[in-house]
Amino acid sequence: MHELSIALGIVKIAEDEVSKAKVNKVTKIELEIGVLSGVEIDSLNFIWKSAVKESVLELAEKEVSIIEGKGKCADCDTEFDMENIYDCCPNCGSNFKGILKGKELRVKALEVI
Amino acid sequence: MCGTCGCGSDTNGPTILKPGEEKHAHSHSEHHHHHHNGHSHSHEHDNHHEHQHKVLEIEKDILQNNQVLAARNRGYFEAKNIFTLNLVSSPGSGKTSILERTLSDLKEEIPFYVIEGDQQTLNDADRIDALNIPVVQINTGKGCHLESDMVYNAVKKLEIENDSILMIENVGNLVCPSMFDLGEGKRVVIISTTEGEDKPIKYPDMFHSSDICIINKIDLLPYVNIDIEKLKDYALKVNPNLHFFEVSATNGDGMSDWYKWLKSNLKQ
Repeated sequence: MHELSIALGIVKIAEDEVSKAKVNKVTKIELEIGVLSGVEIDSLNFIWKSAVKESVLELAEKEVSIIEGKGKCADCDTEFDMENIYDCCPNCGSNFKGILKGKELRVKALEVI
Repeated sequence: MCGTCGCGSDTNGPTILKPGEEKHAHSHSEHHHHHHNGHSHSHEHDNHHEHQHKVLEIEKDILQNNQVLAARNRGYFEAKNIFTLNLVSSPGSGKTSILERTLSDLKEEIPFYVIEGDQQTLNDADRIDALNIPVVQINTGKGCHLESDMVYNAVKKLEIENDSILMIENVGNLVCPSMFDLGEGKRVVIISTTEGEDKPIKYPDMFHSSDICIINKIDLLPYVNIDIEKLKDYALKVNPNLHFFEVSATNGDGMSDWYKWLKSNLKQ
């Protein structure tokens, strides 16, 4: 259940930003989570309420953008969609690849007042 | 709520102890909670500012706190020539047994230090302490993995000498520890012959993030139904750069190749 650590990492970032920007609270938080990041969105949603309790995020709306996975074959340069980290190149079958997208785990923006 | 272990109270957070030390009432000096400083002050509303919505584009990596401290650990290890390994596996794959065998076979040649991670008990640290190897136990409470700040604090307690090997035995868990860099030089995933050969694709993140894969309990091969070549194929599908060692921590088979690799990585 590392999603709890992830959620609390998000809370920490929000708290730091809020005190830096000298604002009162966050009304909305935008997250970007890649499908290859290792975070289960369902688990994150499950623990979200308890993680944000009594923090600046307690009443904030949470908007999650899912980022699809994309890889590039190291052998034949084919770019391809990835659902799993072990997907191989559909063109030449190689397991050697670079992951271009899908590992993201980011707080994109905070809407504050 | 506790940032590391998710408990509702302060009594279940991580503790860092040497064998023989008493567990004292949960000191949180080594434990990062989010404190709600902003909530206790009374907010003065006499200056009539307008409540306007404003968007802060921050683009921050959620794991950045862990990564920053991991980088700090890594720099410290490199400067002191401490070759650091992060040992990960499911519970019962034989992490501690491999450690025990390695330490007792090589301790006359190489100075070793050990950090043990478990949810509870000093049992593993006591096993290492019995070999006269400096060891610190991190008990994560309800936490399912080690994070770089715990290692940072444990390392301070260990007082590691230059030109040595530090073994960090992570909490037995094939999922969560994969996301948390501790600052190690190499990550070693251990799998045993009593587990399914498709484990690498069931838990791909851990195999993807590891450098070395030790297949343990090869002495049991005549009695178990596992195809080691298939296991390796699956693992290489996830991570084609993985390097394998096949060992038995019980009877010592295959350990010499592992020792050779360890020695070649510790630049003397």
